[in-house]
Amino acid sequence: MPYQIIVCGGLAPDPLQTLEPVFDPAKPSLKNELMLPAVFDPWAAHALYEAGHLAKQHPGTVVRVVSLAPKAKLQQVMMTVAQKMPFELVALDGPGGGFTDAAAVSAALAEAISAMADLDRSRLLLFGGWESATRGAGVVMQRVAERLGITEQFLAVDELSVDADGSLVIKERIEGGRHQISRCAAPPAMLAWATGNLPEPPNHPQTGMANMRVIMPALQKAKPVALEPAIEYLRTALPAAVRQTRVVKDVPAADIAREIAEWIRQ
Amino acid sequence: MEKALVLLHTVNGQLPPAALETLGLAHTLGGGFDLGVIGAGAAAAAQQVSGGAAKCFAVEGEAFAVSRYSTDAAACEAVIRASGAPLILAPDSMRFHRALPGVAERLGAAIDTHVVSVAADGAVERWYYRQRVETTLRRGQRPWILLIEPGSQPAAQPQAGAAPELLDVACETRTNVEGFSTPLAGEQTIRPDAALLFVAGAGWTKKQKDGAAHVDEAAELILDFVRRTQCSLGSSKSLVDLSGEGEAVLPFLTHLHQVGQTGSSPRHKKGLATCCHGEEPHVVGWRFIQERRAVNLDPNCGWVRGKADVVYVADAFEVMRELLKLL
Repeated sequence: MPYQIIVCGGLAPDPLQTLEPVFDPAKPSLKNELMLPAVFDPWAAHALYEAGHLAKQHPGTVVRVVSLAPKAKLQQVMMTVAQKMPFELVALDGPGGGFTDAAAVSAALAEAISAMADLDRSRLLLFGGWESATRGAGVVMQRVAERLGITEQFLAVDELSVDADGSLVIKERIEGGRHQISRCAAPPAMLAWATGNLPEPPNHPQTGMANMRVIMPALQKAKPVALEPAIEYLRTALPAAVRQTRVVKDVPAADIAREIAEWIRQ
Repeated sequence: MEKALVLLHTVNGQLPPAALETLGLAHTLGGGFDLGVIGAGAAAAAQQVSGGAAKCFAVEGEAFAVSRYSTDAAACEAVIRASGAPLILAPDSMRFHRALPGVAERLGAAIDTHVVSVAADGAVERWYYRQRVETTLRRGQRPWILLIEPGSQPAAQPQAGAAPELLDVACETRTNVEGFSTPLAGEQTIRPDAALLFVAGAGWTKKQKDGAAHVDEAAELILDFVRRTQCSLGSSKSLVDLSGEGEAVLPFLTHLHQVGQTGSSPRHKKGLATCCHGEEPHVVGWRFIQERRAVNLDPNCGWVRGKADVVYVADAFEVMRELLKLL
Protein backbone atom coordinates (compact mmCIF):
# COMPACT_ATOMS: atom_id res chain seq x y z
CA MET A 1 0.00 0.00 0.00
CA PRO A 2 1.50 3.37 -0.95
CA TYR A 3 1.37 5.91 1.86
CA GLN A 4 1.22 9.66 2.04
CA ILE A 5 3.85 10.50 4.62
CA ILE A 6 4.02 14.03 5.97
CA VAL A 7 7.04 14.90 8.06
CA CYS A 8 6.79 17.97 10.28
CA GLY A 9 10.15 19.45 11.23
CA GLY A 10 11.66 22.78 12.10
CA LEU A 11 15.17 24.11 12.45
CA ALA A 12 17.45 24.12 15.49
CA PRO A 13 20.77 25.82 16.17
CA ASP A 14 23.74 23.63 15.34
CA PRO A 15 24.32 21.68 18.59
CA LEU A 16 27.99 22.73 18.67
CA GLN A 17 27.08 26.43 18.92
CA THR A 18 27.17 28.30 22.20
CA LEU A 19 23.72 29.62 23.04
CA GLU A 20 23.12 32.81 24.99
CA PRO A 21 19.56 33.89 25.77
CA VAL A 22 18.47 37.51 25.33
CA PHE A 23 15.59 38.33 27.65
CA ASP A 24 12.44 40.11 26.51
CA PRO A 25 9.20 39.35 28.39
CA ALA A 26 7.12 39.13 25.22
CA LYS A 27 9.65 37.72 22.82
CA PRO A 28 12.83 36.24 24.25
CA SER A 29 15.43 35.06 21.79
CA LEU A 30 19.01 33.90 21.44
CA LYS A 31 21.91 36.24 20.92
CA ASN A 32 22.66 36.51 17.19
CA GLU A 33 19.89 33.99 16.57
CA LEU A 34 19.63 34.72 12.87
CA MET A 35 23.40 34.34 12.46
CA LEU A 36 23.65 30.99 14.22
CA PRO A 37 24.23 28.05 11.86
CA ALA A 38 21.12 25.88 11.83
CA VAL A 39 20.37 22.21 11.22
CA PHE A 40 17.16 20.35 10.52
CA ASP A 41 15.81 19.46 13.95
CA PRO A 42 17.60 16.20 14.91
CA TRP A 43 14.53 14.13 15.89
CA ALA A 44 12.55 15.37 12.90
CA ALA A 45 15.52 14.34 10.77
CA HIS A 46 15.27 10.81 12.16
CA ALA A 47 11.57 10.86 11.26
CA LEU A 48 12.49 11.94 7.74
CA TYR A 49 15.03 9.11 7.33
CA GLU A 50 12.45 6.60 8.54
CA ALA A 51 9.94 8.06 6.07
CA GLY A 52 12.45 7.62 3.24
CA HIS A 53 13.09 4.05 4.34
CA LEU A 54 9.36 3.25 4.36
CA ALA A 55 8.87 4.93 0.98
CA LYS A 56 11.52 2.66 -0.57
CA GLN A 57 9.65 -0.41 0.70
CA HIS A 58 6.26 0.82 -0.56
CA PRO A 59 6.47 2.11 -4.14
CA GLY A 60 4.22 5.03 -4.90
CA THR A 61 4.63 6.49 -1.42
CA VAL A 62 4.99 10.26 -1.36
CA VAL A 63 7.06 12.00 1.33
CA ARG A 64 6.36 15.65 2.07
CA VAL A 65 8.15 17.83 4.59
CA VAL A 66 6.18 20.64 6.24
CA SER A 67 8.41 23.17 7.92
CA LEU A 68 7.79 26.44 9.72
CA ALA A 69 10.96 28.53 9.82
CA PRO A 70 12.48 31.74 8.50
CA LYS A 71 12.53 31.20 4.75
CA ALA A 72 16.14 32.18 4.12
CA LYS A 73 17.40 29.90 6.84
CA LEU A 74 15.22 27.04 5.64
CA GLN A 75 16.69 27.38 2.17
CA GLN A 76 20.23 27.05 3.58
CA VAL A 77 19.35 23.94 5.56
CA MET A 78 17.46 22.36 2.68
CA MET A 79 20.62 22.50 0.54
CA THR A 80 21.97 19.75 2.79
CA VAL A 81 18.81 17.87 3.77
CA ALA A 82 17.66 17.63 0.15
CA GLN A 83 20.70 15.45 -0.62
CA LYS A 84 19.53 12.70 1.74
CA MET A 85 16.43 11.39 -0.04
CA PRO A 86 13.63 12.48 -2.40
CA PHE A 87 10.84 14.56 -0.86
CA GLU A 88 8.60 17.55 -1.52
CA LEU A 89 8.59 20.65 0.68
CA VAL A 90 5.72 22.73 2.00
CA ALA A 91 7.35 25.79 3.54
CA LEU A 92 5.82 28.21 6.01
CA ASP A 93 7.74 31.46 6.48
CA GLY A 94 7.62 32.36 10.14
CA PRO A 95 9.65 32.71 13.29
CA GLY A 96 11.63 29.69 14.42
CA GLY A 97 13.33 29.14 17.74
CA GLY A 98 12.20 27.68 21.01
CA PHE A 99 10.30 30.59 22.50
CA THR A 100 7.35 30.45 20.11
CA ASP A 101 4.09 28.93 21.39
CA ALA A 102 3.56 25.28 20.51
CA ALA A 103 -0.19 25.70 20.07
CA ALA A 104 0.23 28.42 17.45
CA VAL A 105 2.87 26.39 15.61
CA SER A 106 0.57 23.35 15.65
CA ALA A 107 -2.31 25.36 14.24
CA ALA A 108 -0.16 26.68 11.38
CA LEU A 109 1.18 23.21 10.52
CA ALA A 110 -2.26 21.60 10.65
CA GLU A 111 -3.72 24.30 8.41
CA ALA A 112 -0.95 23.77 5.84
CA ILE A 113 -1.53 20.02 5.85
CA SER A 114 -5.31 20.35 5.59
CA ALA A 115 -4.86 22.64 2.59
CA MET A 116 -3.04 19.96 0.55
CA ALA A 117 -5.31 19.30 -2.41
CA ASP A 118 -4.59 15.59 -2.84
CA LEU A 119 -4.50 14.62 0.84
CA ASP A 120 -5.84 11.08 1.32
CA ARG A 121 -6.33 10.59 5.06
CA SER A 122 -6.86 6.84 4.68
CA ARG A 123 -3.19 6.57 3.63
CA LEU A 124 -1.82 9.33 5.82
CA LEU A 125 1.12 8.77 8.14
CA LEU A 126 2.02 11.92 10.03
CA PHE A 127 5.66 11.86 11.14
CA GLY A 128 7.75 14.21 13.24
CA GLY A 129 10.21 14.28 16.09
CA TRP A 130 8.92 13.46 19.56
CA GLU A 131 10.41 16.72 20.81
CA SER A 132 12.26 19.57 19.18
CA ALA A 133 15.80 20.50 20.12
CA THR A 134 14.58 24.06 20.71
CA ARG A 135 11.36 24.22 22.75
CA GLY A 136 11.71 20.58 23.74
CA ALA A 137 8.07 20.39 24.81
CA GLY A 138 7.01 17.34 22.80
CA VAL A 139 3.46 18.56 22.23
CA VAL A 140 3.28 19.84 18.64
CA MET A 141 2.79 16.50 16.87
CA GLN A 142 -0.08 15.43 19.12
CA ARG A 143 -1.80 18.79 18.68
CA VAL A 144 -1.39 18.71 14.89
CA ALA A 145 -2.72 15.15 14.75
CA GLU A 146 -5.67 16.03 16.94
CA ARG A 147 -6.52 18.97 14.65
CA LEU A 148 -6.41 16.57 11.69
CA GLY A 149 -8.69 14.10 13.49
CA ILE A 150 -6.00 11.43 13.92
CA THR A 151 -6.68 9.47 17.10
CA GLU A 152 -4.02 6.76 16.71
CA GLN A 153 -0.90 8.45 18.04
CA PHE A 154 2.49 7.10 19.08
CA LEU A 155 5.26 8.90 20.93
CA ALA A 156 9.01 8.23 21.02
CA VAL A 157 8.83 5.66 18.25
CA ASP A 158 11.97 3.67 17.51
CA GLU A 159 10.65 1.15 15.02
CA LEU A 160 7.82 0.79 12.51
CA SER A 161 7.10 -2.26 10.41
CA VAL A 162 4.14 -3.07 8.17
CA ASP A 163 2.64 -6.55 8.33
CA ALA A 164 1.19 -8.40 5.37
CA ASP A 165 -2.35 -7.39 6.37
CA GLY A 166 -1.34 -3.74 6.29
CA SER A 167 -1.32 -3.26 10.05
CA LEU A 168 1.42 -1.11 11.55
CA VAL A 169 3.59 -2.63 14.27
CA ILE A 170 5.14 0.14 16.33
CA LYS A 171 7.74 0.17 19.08
CA GLU A 172 7.56 3.14 21.43
CA ARG A 173 10.03 3.98 24.17
CA ILE A 174 8.64 3.83 27.67
CA GLU A 175 10.20 4.24 31.11
CA GLY A 176 13.03 2.01 32.25
CA GLY A 177 14.69 1.63 28.85
CA ARG A 178 11.87 -0.60 27.56
CA HIS A 179 9.74 -0.55 24.42
CA GLN A 180 5.97 -0.93 24.22
CA ILE A 181 4.85 -2.85 21.13
CA SER A 182 1.52 -1.82 19.61
CA ARG A 183 -0.38 -2.81 16.50
CA CYS A 184 -2.41 -0.17 14.69
CA ALA A 185 -4.90 -1.66 12.22
CA ALA A 186 -4.37 0.95 9.50
CA PRO A 187 -3.58 4.60 8.82
CA PRO A 188 -4.17 7.40 9.51
CA ALA A 189 -1.69 7.48 12.37
CA MET A 190 0.75 9.92 13.91
CA LEU A 191 4.23 8.71 14.80
CA ALA A 192 6.49 11.07 16.76
CA TRP A 193 9.93 9.54 16.39
CA ALA A 194 12.77 9.18 18.85
CA THR A 195 16.06 8.21 17.22
CA GLY A 196 14.82 5.13 15.37
CA ASN A 197 17.40 2.64 14.22
CA LEU A 198 18.59 4.06 10.92
CA PRO A 199 21.89 5.85 10.37
CA GLU A 200 21.94 9.24 8.66
CA PRO A 201 21.80 8.58 4.89
CA PRO A 202 24.89 9.67 2.94
CA ASN A 203 24.62 12.82 0.83
CA HIS A 204 23.60 12.15 -2.77
CA PRO A 205 24.19 15.29 -4.89
CA GLN A 206 21.97 14.15 -7.81
CA THR A 207 19.04 13.64 -5.43
CA GLY A 208 19.79 17.05 -3.96
CA MET A 209 19.71 18.75 -7.36
CA ALA A 210 16.44 17.01 -8.29
CA ASN A 211 14.87 17.94 -4.94
CA MET A 212 15.97 21.56 -5.14
CA ARG A 213 14.14 21.97 -8.47
CA VAL A 214 10.86 21.59 -6.56
CA ILE A 215 12.05 22.95 -3.21
CA MET A 216 13.07 26.37 -4.55
CA PRO A 217 9.60 27.14 -5.99
CA ALA A 218 8.07 25.86 -2.74
CA LEU A 219 10.25 28.27 -0.77
CA GLN A 220 9.27 31.15 -3.03
CA LYS A 221 5.60 30.32 -2.41
CA ALA A 222 6.10 29.98 1.35
CA LYS A 223 3.08 31.39 3.14
CA PRO A 224 3.98 34.00 5.79
CA VAL A 225 2.87 32.96 9.28
CA ALA A 226 2.63 35.26 12.29
CA LEU A 227 2.60 33.53 15.68
CA GLU A 228 0.77 35.40 18.40
CA PRO A 229 2.65 35.47 21.73
CA ALA A 230 0.71 33.46 24.35
CA ILE A 231 3.35 33.20 27.07
CA GLU A 232 4.59 35.75 29.56
CA TYR A 233 8.26 35.05 30.06
CA LEU A 234 9.63 36.10 33.43
CA ARG A 235 13.23 35.00 33.01
CA THR A 236 15.54 33.27 30.57
CA ALA A 237 19.06 32.46 31.69
CA LEU A 238 21.96 30.12 31.26
CA PRO A 239 22.29 27.54 34.03
CA ALA A 240 24.54 28.99 36.69
CA ALA A 241 26.45 25.90 37.72
CA VAL A 242 30.13 26.09 36.82
CA ARG A 243 32.21 23.37 38.39
CA GLN A 244 35.72 23.74 39.68
CA THR A 245 37.27 20.81 37.91
CA ARG A 246 40.10 18.94 39.67
CA VAL A 247 42.41 17.39 37.06
CA VAL A 248 44.27 14.28 38.26
CA LYS A 249 47.35 13.55 36.12
CA ASP A 250 50.37 11.25 36.33
CA VAL A 251 48.78 9.06 38.98
CA PRO A 252 48.91 5.23 38.74
CA ALA A 253 45.73 3.57 37.51
CA ALA A 254 45.43 1.60 40.75
CA ASP A 255 45.29 4.82 42.81
CA ILE A 256 42.68 6.33 40.51
CA ALA A 257 40.63 3.13 40.70
CA ARG A 258 40.79 3.23 44.51
CA GLU A 259 39.55 6.82 44.57
CA ILE A 260 36.71 6.08 42.16
CA ALA A 261 35.69 2.96 44.10
CA GLU A 262 35.49 4.97 47.34
CA TRP A 263 33.45 7.65 45.60
CA ILE A 264 31.02 5.08 44.20
CA ARG A 265 30.56 3.52 47.65
CA GLN A 266 29.90 6.86 49.42
CA MET B 1 -3.09 29.67 43.93
CA GLU B 2 -6.14 28.52 42.02
CA LYS B 3 -7.70 25.10 42.38
CA ALA B 4 -5.87 22.25 40.68
CA LEU B 5 -6.76 18.82 39.40
CA VAL B 6 -4.07 16.25 40.17
CA LEU B 7 -4.31 13.78 37.30
CA LEU B 8 -2.49 10.48 37.80
CA HIS B 9 -2.29 7.04 36.22
CA THR B 10 -1.48 3.67 37.66
CA VAL B 11 1.30 1.32 36.61
CA ASN B 12 0.44 -2.32 37.24
CA GLY B 13 -2.37 -1.22 39.53
CA GLN B 14 -0.19 1.01 41.72
CA LEU B 15 0.68 4.69 41.68
CA PRO B 16 4.32 5.17 40.60
CA PRO B 17 6.70 7.49 42.54
CA ALA B 18 6.20 10.29 39.98
CA ALA B 19 2.48 10.31 40.84
CA LEU B 20 3.18 10.90 44.52
CA GLU B 21 5.63 13.67 43.59
CA THR B 22 2.92 15.46 41.61
CA LEU B 23 0.52 15.01 44.52
CA GLY B 24 3.18 16.42 46.84
CA LEU B 25 3.42 19.53 44.67
CA ALA B 26 -0.37 20.03 44.81
CA HIS B 27 -0.29 19.87 48.61
CA THR B 28 2.37 22.62 48.73
CA LEU B 29 0.54 25.00 46.36
CA GLY B 30 -2.30 25.45 48.83
CA GLY B 31 -5.17 26.22 46.46
CA GLY B 32 -7.06 23.01 47.08
CA PHE B 33 -7.24 20.18 44.62
CA ASP B 34 -9.33 17.48 43.01
CA LEU B 35 -7.89 14.06 42.26
CA GLY B 36 -8.32 11.95 39.12
CA VAL B 37 -6.75 8.56 38.47
CA ILE B 38 -6.93 6.46 35.31
CA GLY B 39 -5.68 2.96 34.55
CA ALA B 40 -5.91 -0.54 35.97
CA GLY B 41 -7.05 -0.49 39.60
CA ALA B 42 -7.57 3.28 39.43
CA ALA B 43 -10.40 3.41 41.98
CA ALA B 44 -8.48 1.57 44.68
CA ALA B 45 -5.30 3.53 43.98
CA ALA B 46 -7.22 6.83 44.10
CA GLN B 47 -8.78 6.06 47.46
CA GLN B 48 -5.34 5.35 48.95
CA VAL B 49 -4.21 8.95 48.26
CA SER B 50 -7.43 10.97 48.09
CA GLY B 51 -7.02 12.52 51.55
CA GLY B 52 -7.31 16.28 51.19
CA ALA B 53 -8.93 16.17 47.75
CA ALA B 54 -12.22 18.07 47.32
CA LYS B 55 -13.48 15.70 44.64
CA CYS B 56 -12.11 12.42 43.41
CA PHE B 57 -12.63 10.65 40.06
CA ALA B 58 -11.41 7.42 38.53
CA VAL B 59 -11.57 5.77 35.11
CA GLU B 60 -10.80 2.08 34.97
CA GLY B 61 -11.65 -0.98 32.94
CA GLU B 62 -9.97 -3.21 30.42
CA ALA B 63 -9.69 -0.54 27.72
CA PHE B 64 -7.93 1.84 30.10
CA ALA B 65 -5.54 -0.68 31.62
CA VAL B 66 -2.92 -0.16 28.91
CA SER B 67 -1.06 2.95 27.83
CA ARG B 68 -2.59 4.01 24.48
CA TYR B 69 -3.37 7.44 23.07
CA SER B 70 -7.00 7.09 22.09
CA THR B 71 -8.22 5.55 25.35
CA ASP B 72 -5.94 7.63 27.60
CA ALA B 73 -6.98 10.87 25.90
CA ALA B 74 -10.67 10.01 26.29
CA ALA B 75 -10.21 9.13 29.96
CA CYS B 76 -8.17 12.25 30.76
CA GLU B 77 -10.61 14.49 28.90
CA ALA B 78 -13.52 13.06 30.91
CA VAL B 79 -11.74 13.59 34.23
CA ILE B 80 -10.67 17.15 33.40
CA ARG B 81 -14.20 18.07 32.29
CA ALA B 82 -15.72 16.47 35.40
CA SER B 83 -13.39 18.41 37.69
CA GLY B 84 -13.51 21.75 35.90
CA ALA B 85 -10.34 22.87 37.69
CA PRO B 86 -8.43 25.58 35.81
CA LEU B 87 -5.03 24.06 36.55
CA ILE B 88 -4.15 20.43 35.86
CA LEU B 89 -1.03 18.87 37.37
CA ALA B 90 0.12 15.51 36.00
CA PRO B 91 3.38 13.57 36.09
CA ASP B 92 5.47 13.81 32.91
CA SER B 93 5.39 10.08 32.22
CA MET B 94 5.54 8.73 28.67
CA ARG B 95 1.86 7.78 28.99
CA PHE B 96 0.68 11.27 29.87
CA HIS B 97 3.20 12.96 27.60
CA ARG B 98 1.65 11.07 24.69
CA ALA B 99 -1.95 11.75 25.64
CA LEU B 100 -2.27 15.14 27.31
CA PRO B 101 -1.10 17.46 24.48
CA GLY B 102 -3.95 16.11 22.34
CA VAL B 103 -6.34 16.54 25.25
CA ALA B 104 -5.18 20.16 25.57
CA GLU B 105 -6.07 20.64 21.91
CA ARG B 106 -9.56 19.18 22.47
CA LEU B 107 -10.18 21.41 25.48
CA GLY B 108 -8.63 24.58 24.05
CA ALA B 109 -6.14 24.40 26.91
CA ALA B 110 -2.53 25.44 27.23
CA ILE B 111 0.06 22.83 28.14
CA ASP B 112 3.65 22.97 29.37
CA THR B 113 5.82 19.90 29.82
CA HIS B 114 9.04 19.04 31.67
CA VAL B 115 8.04 21.50 34.41
CA VAL B 116 10.54 21.42 37.29
CA SER B 117 8.88 23.90 39.64
CA VAL B 118 5.57 25.70 40.14
CA ALA B 119 5.34 28.78 42.38
CA ALA B 120 2.25 29.88 44.27
CA ASP B 121 1.92 32.90 41.93
CA GLY B 122 1.64 30.57 38.93
CA ALA B 123 5.18 30.98 37.62
CA VAL B 124 6.62 27.73 36.32
CA GLU B 125 10.17 26.78 35.47
CA ARG B 126 11.26 24.57 32.60
CA TRP B 127 14.24 24.15 30.31
CA TYR B 128 14.63 25.10 26.67
CA TYR B 129 17.20 24.13 24.06
CA ARG B 130 17.84 20.69 25.56
CA GLN B 131 18.66 21.85 29.08
CA ARG B 132 20.85 24.72 27.87
CA VAL B 133 18.53 27.63 28.78
CA GLU B 134 16.41 27.77 31.93
CA THR B 135 13.20 29.73 31.77
CA THR B 136 10.47 30.98 34.08
CA LEU B 137 7.12 31.67 32.47
CA ARG B 138 3.46 32.25 33.19
CA ARG B 139 0.27 31.91 31.16
CA GLY B 140 -3.14 33.56 31.43
CA GLN B 141 -4.90 30.87 29.43
CA ARG B 142 -7.03 28.31 31.30
CA PRO B 143 -7.32 25.38 31.53
CA TRP B 144 -3.55 25.01 31.84
CA ILE B 145 -2.02 21.54 31.94
CA LEU B 146 1.39 21.16 33.59
CA LEU B 147 3.38 17.94 33.21
CA ILE B 148 5.72 17.71 36.19
CA GLU B 149 9.18 16.27 35.56
CA PRO B 150 9.72 13.08 37.60
CA GLY B 151 12.39 13.49 40.26
CA SER B 152 11.90 17.24 40.57
CA GLN B 153 9.53 17.29 43.57
CA PRO B 154 9.44 15.62 46.98
CA ALA B 155 6.85 12.85 47.15
CA ALA B 156 3.68 13.19 49.23
CA GLN B 157 2.93 10.84 52.08
CA PRO B 158 -0.15 8.91 50.92
CA GLN B 159 -3.29 9.79 52.90
CA ALA B 160 -6.35 7.65 52.30
CA GLY B 161 -9.65 9.41 51.77
CA ALA B 162 -13.01 9.12 50.09
CA ALA B 163 -13.78 6.60 47.39
CA PRO B 164 -13.71 8.14 43.89
CA GLU B 165 -16.61 8.69 41.57
CA LEU B 166 -16.21 6.21 38.70
CA LEU B 167 -16.61 7.90 35.33
CA ASP B 168 -18.08 5.95 32.45
CA VAL B 169 -15.98 6.66 29.35
CA ALA B 170 -16.58 5.22 25.89
CA CYS B 171 -13.90 5.24 23.24
CA GLU B 172 -13.07 3.48 19.98
CA THR B 173 -9.56 2.51 19.06
CA ARG B 174 -7.74 0.84 16.20
CA THR B 175 -4.66 0.06 18.29
CA ASN B 176 -3.87 -2.99 20.39
CA VAL B 177 -0.99 -3.07 22.82
CA GLU B 178 0.72 -6.41 22.24
CA GLY B 179 3.52 -6.40 24.78
CA PHE B 180 6.89 -5.05 25.77
CA SER B 181 10.49 -5.68 24.90
CA THR B 182 13.15 -5.31 27.53
CA PRO B 183 16.93 -5.29 27.15
CA LEU B 184 18.78 -8.17 28.72
CA ALA B 185 19.75 -7.74 32.37
CA GLY B 186 23.18 -6.19 32.59
CA GLU B 187 22.71 -4.39 29.30
CA GLN B 188 20.07 -2.18 30.83
CA THR B 189 19.95 1.41 29.63
CA ILE B 190 18.76 4.06 32.07
CA ARG B 191 17.57 2.72 35.42
CA PRO B 192 15.79 5.58 37.15
CA ASP B 193 16.53 4.08 40.58
CA ALA B 194 20.29 3.68 40.05
CA ALA B 195 22.67 5.95 41.95
CA LEU B 196 25.30 5.99 39.23
CA LEU B 197 25.32 6.71 35.50
CA PHE B 198 28.20 5.10 33.59
CA VAL B 199 28.85 6.51 30.13
CA ALA B 200 30.98 4.72 27.56
CA GLY B 201 32.35 6.97 24.84
CA ALA B 202 33.72 6.25 21.38
CA GLY B 203 37.29 6.01 22.73
CA TRP B 204 36.63 2.44 23.87
CA THR B 205 36.62 1.32 20.23
CA LYS B 206 39.71 3.25 19.09
CA LYS B 207 43.24 1.94 18.68
CA GLN B 208 45.05 1.68 21.99
CA LYS B 209 48.73 2.03 22.91
CA ASP B 210 49.66 -1.20 21.14
CA GLY B 211 48.17 0.07 17.87
CA ALA B 212 45.15 -2.27 17.93
CA ALA B 213 41.55 -1.83 19.01
CA HIS B 214 40.32 -4.03 21.87
CA VAL B 215 36.57 -3.92 21.46
CA ASP B 216 35.91 -7.34 23.01
CA GLU B 217 37.85 -6.47 26.16
CA ALA B 218 36.11 -3.10 26.32
CA ALA B 219 32.72 -4.82 26.17
CA GLU B 220 33.70 -7.22 28.95
CA LEU B 221 35.01 -4.44 31.20
CA ILE B 222 31.94 -2.26 30.69
CA LEU B 223 29.37 -5.00 31.19
CA ASP B 224 31.23 -6.38 34.20
CA PHE B 225 31.21 -2.91 35.76
CA VAL B 226 27.52 -2.37 35.00
CA ARG B 227 26.55 -5.74 36.48
CA ARG B 228 28.61 -5.23 39.64
CA THR B 229 27.43 -1.71 40.35
CA GLN B 230 23.87 -2.05 38.94
CA CYS B 231 24.34 1.38 37.40
CA SER B 232 22.65 2.99 34.41
CA LEU B 233 24.54 2.51 31.17
CA GLY B 234 24.70 5.44 28.78
CA SER B 235 26.66 6.28 25.69
CA SER B 236 27.60 9.18 23.48
CA LYS B 237 25.99 9.72 20.10
CA SER B 238 29.27 9.17 18.27
CA LEU B 239 29.62 5.63 19.63
CA VAL B 240 26.00 4.74 18.92
CA ASP B 241 26.24 6.15 15.39
CA LEU B 242 29.32 4.03 14.67
CA SER B 243 27.13 1.02 15.37
CA GLY B 244 24.49 2.24 12.90
CA GLU B 245 27.16 2.72 10.25
CA GLY B 246 28.13 -0.92 10.46
CA GLU B 247 31.54 -0.49 12.12
CA ALA B 248 32.77 -2.97 14.71
CA VAL B 249 31.59 -1.48 17.98
CA LEU B 250 30.15 -2.44 21.33
CA PRO B 251 27.22 -4.61 20.28
CA PHE B 252 24.98 -3.92 23.28
CA LEU B 253 24.84 -0.16 22.77
CA THR B 254 21.87 1.26 20.87
CA HIS B 255 20.23 4.65 20.49
CA LEU B 256 18.37 3.88 23.72
CA HIS B 257 21.67 4.35 25.56
CA GLN B 258 22.33 7.73 24.04
CA VAL B 259 22.70 10.58 26.53
CA GLY B 260 22.70 14.19 25.35
CA GLN B 261 21.20 16.48 22.77
CA THR B 262 19.31 13.73 20.92
CA GLY B 263 19.29 11.26 23.78
CA SER B 264 18.11 11.18 27.35
CA SER B 265 18.83 13.50 30.28
CA PRO B 266 18.75 11.07 33.20
CA ARG B 267 18.64 12.03 36.87
CA HIS B 268 21.28 10.32 38.98
CA LYS B 269 23.35 11.36 41.97
CA LYS B 270 26.66 10.42 40.32
CA GLY B 271 27.98 10.06 36.80
CA LEU B 272 31.22 8.52 35.52
CA ALA B 273 32.22 9.16 31.90
CA THR B 274 34.90 7.04 30.26
CA CYS B 275 36.61 7.53 26.90
CA CYS B 276 34.16 10.33 26.19
CA HIS B 277 35.30 13.81 25.18
CA GLY B 278 32.62 15.77 27.00
CA GLU B 279 31.47 17.82 24.04
CA GLU B 280 28.54 20.14 24.70
CA PRO B 281 25.91 18.13 22.73
CA HIS B 282 26.63 15.15 24.99
CA VAL B 283 27.07 17.06 28.24
CA VAL B 284 23.63 18.74 28.00
CA GLY B 285 22.29 15.28 28.87
CA TRP B 286 24.26 15.46 32.15
CA ARG B 287 22.37 18.53 33.39
CA PHE B 288 20.69 16.59 36.19
CA ILE B 289 23.75 14.53 37.24
CA GLN B 290 24.93 16.02 40.52
CA GLU B 291 28.47 14.64 40.93
CA ARG B 292 30.43 14.11 37.73
CA ARG B 293 33.76 12.39 37.15
CA ALA B 294 35.48 11.46 33.90
CA VAL B 295 38.37 9.26 32.81
CA ASN B 296 40.01 10.42 29.61
CA LEU B 297 43.47 10.35 28.03
CA ASP B 298 43.08 13.89 26.73
CA PRO B 299 43.92 16.55 29.36
CA ASN B 300 42.16 19.15 27.16
CA CYS B 301 38.88 17.30 26.77
CA GLY B 302 35.57 19.09 27.31
CA TRP B 303 35.16 17.72 30.84
CA VAL B 304 38.04 19.82 32.22
CA ARG B 305 36.26 23.02 31.19
CA GLY B 306 34.00 23.11 34.24
CA LYS B 307 31.80 20.24 33.16
CA ALA B 308 33.07 17.60 35.60
CA ASP B 309 34.12 17.73 39.25
CA VAL B 310 37.12 15.45 38.74
CA VAL B 311 38.88 14.43 35.52
CA TYR B 312 41.35 11.56 35.66
CA VAL B 313 43.84 11.79 32.80
CA ALA B 314 44.48 8.09 32.41
CA ASP B 315 43.92 5.01 30.28
CA ALA B 316 40.33 3.87 30.92
CA PHE B 317 41.23 0.25 30.19
CA GLU B 318 43.84 0.25 32.98
CA VAL B 319 41.62 2.13 35.41
CA MET B 320 38.65 -0.15 34.79
CA ARG B 321 40.75 -3.30 35.20
CA GLU B 322 41.94 -2.02 38.59
CA LEU B 323 38.49 -0.76 39.53
CA LEU B 324 36.86 -4.12 38.90
CA LYS B 325 39.30 -5.72 41.33
CA LEU B 326 37.95 -3.42 44.04
CA LEU B 327 34.21 -3.77 43.36
